[in-house]
Amino acid sequence: MSQSPATRQSPRARPLSPHLTIYRPTITMTMSIVHRITGGALYFGTLLVVWWLVAASISESYFDFVNGIFGSWLGRLVLFGYTWALMHHMLGGIRHFVWDTGTGLEKHTASKIAWATLAGSVVLTLAIWVVGYLARGA
Amino acid sequence: MSSGKNDMRTPLGRVRGLGSAREGTEHFWRQRLTAIANVPLTLFFVGLLISLNGAGFAETRAVLSNPLVALVLLLFVISGLYHMRIGMQVIIEDYVHGEGMKLALLVLNTFFTAAVGVAAGFALLKMAFGG
Repeated sequence: MSQSPATRQSPRARPLSPHLTIYRPTITMTMSIVHRITGGALYFGTLLVVWWLVAASISESYFDFVNGIFGSWLGRLVLFGYTWALMHHMLGGIRHFVWDTGTGLEKHTASKIAWATLAGSVVLTLAIWVVGYLARGA
Repeated sequence: MSSGKNDMRTPLGRVRGLGSAREGTEHFWRQRLTAIANVPLTLFFVGLLISLNGAGFAETRAVLSNPLVALVLLLFVISGLYHMRIGMQVIIEDYVHGEGMKLALLVLNTFFTAAVGVAAGFALLKMAFGG
């Protein structure tokens, strides 16, 4: 914050413009918020990736220990959520690439693409887990 | 961007086009650059995890020490961490308004990313070099 008198907090409470809560949620707005939330989740989810890599580099017993945690029902739930966050954030990013070219910005088109990222993220997540189980049956 | 009568920038500032933060579009560009790289790298990583589902220690080590796998994973870690570092920077700048707290979190953001990156890179290289 600047300390200049011009921008210093006014002693009087001034009226604020209406914030997010006043608007009816739209799909583009919701997917934008979810994009940021999944990004934040993936930030900390990186710890799972590095934990797994470090475990594999240390010893068989420690790797088995970490694998056991990831393989528990809670571990699988977290990894399932991580997969969805990754797929949603990736598709949301691809949506931004499309918008970067200047196309797909018309209101109804943008809404359709937003729904598509949501549907696509669910489909991809399920596909990854189905293929993963089919490949190994573990 | 127009250089009309009301443009208060100097001719040099206008030519450089870097704005008051002196970075121009650097942040945006790196964000998109790493995002583009992250798409194929993420798909590779997910595919690798699918193929390693249920694999034991020996098999996992054999795959992770393959030079091609190790190199692509190293790229995934570097590009992913850079992307998430500048992404978290924006989140911090958007929501944390206290100057001290903002500075502390921005420092922590870089430290966290660097620590994760060094740990992941070390683990990958250790396995790749047969340690």
